[in-house]
Amino acid sequence: MADPMRIRAQAAGDKTTVRVLMSHEMETGQRKDSAGKTIPAWHIQEVEAKHNGKSVMTAEWGGGVSKNPFLQFTVKGAKAGDKISITWKDNKGDTRTDEATVT
Amino acid sequence: MKKTRALALIAMAGLLGTAALAQKTAVQSIEEYRAMLQDGNPADLFEAKGEDLWKQKRGPKNASLEQCDLGKGPGVVKGVFVELPRFFADTQRVQDMESRLLTCMETLQGFSAAEIAKTPFGRGEQNNVTALATWISAQSKGMKFNLPQGHEQERISYEVGKRLFFQRAGAHDFSCASCHGQDNTRIRLQDLPNLIKNPGDGVGFAAWPAYRVSNGQMWTMQLRLNDCYRQQRFPYPGFGSDATIALGSYLGVNSQGSASAVPTIKR
Repeated sequence: MADPMRIRAQAAGDKTTVRVLMSHEMETGQRKDSAGKTIPAWHIQEVEAKHNGKSVMTAEWGGGVSKNPFLQFTVKGAKAGDKISITWKDNKGDTRTDEATVT
Repeated sequence: MKKTRALALIAMAGLLGTAALAQKTAVQSIEEYRAMLQDGNPADLFEAKGEDLWKQKRGPKNASLEQCDLGKGPGVVKGVFVELPRFFADTQRVQDMESRLLTCMETLQGFSAAEIAKTPFGRGEQNNVTALATWISAQSKGMKFNLPQGHEQERISYEVGKRLFFQRAGAHDFSCASCHGQDNTRIRLQDLPNLIKNPGDGVGFAAWPAYRVSNGQMWTMQLRLNDCYRQQRFPYPGFGSDATIALGSYLGVNSQGSASAVPTIKR
């Protein structure tokens, strides 16, 4: 199973800054191993952010995103105590969801 | 016509001159890049994994590492990193963070320390040692290095480390001191700390374990030394060997009084 994400969500005024660190290999599918064989692609394809269960952002990712990606975005109207959850899904069908409380 | 062109050239040269002055040096740009990344240092992920591993019951004996003595008594993790390598009475050896973790994994959890030491970096249990070392060292962030030198073995380790640091050998006739023995040296764009004196807060010994952005790997001091030896075209003395621990003693004692910035982020 995939390792957990680190999510920090900090409110300032009516905006909340969410910072997410994801643990993922993000293999592009372009690289070759020492034997010359192509290393199969393995990367996150979909990311969804929810604020109190309501979807606020979706993103489609590919092999161009770095290993262990860092994502930052702002959510309007999120207050301290609200829940922010992040879900990613990779091209192998593996998925992970983590939740954080806005501080 | 010719005159105006010459004048224009002079004017352009003048502009270029000021542009060069205003331009940031490569080192400043790298510093800026590191500062940007610092906020989302993926070392956090390894810390979280390490904390989990510390508490998890694992290995043939199905035990956690919570009784592991890293120098300040069983289970104490805060402040141990800035006092390692040190002498341990139970193993009768000077040990650093990684080699001590191997001892604990063997005695408490029943893993084979020799087997883990032989495993290449980035595979199997080596990954777990890295995560554990990252989490434990992060518990001493901001604390000052204060390696004990009271035991004879600790002083010997320092002396051996010093000699290894200056020992020139290998295909390039290199020593550690060839690159790290004077101020203001660099490899390509990387500034190299002068490690024969105290390099200051968060530099050199006080900067590893670190996350390497370029290859997405978390590196402990053992892996750092391994790569230094590779760059010297020198055989690696082995994971957790007395030689690499002695180098740790030498670097650690030299960093006495400097604050640890671990885990850091590197290019």
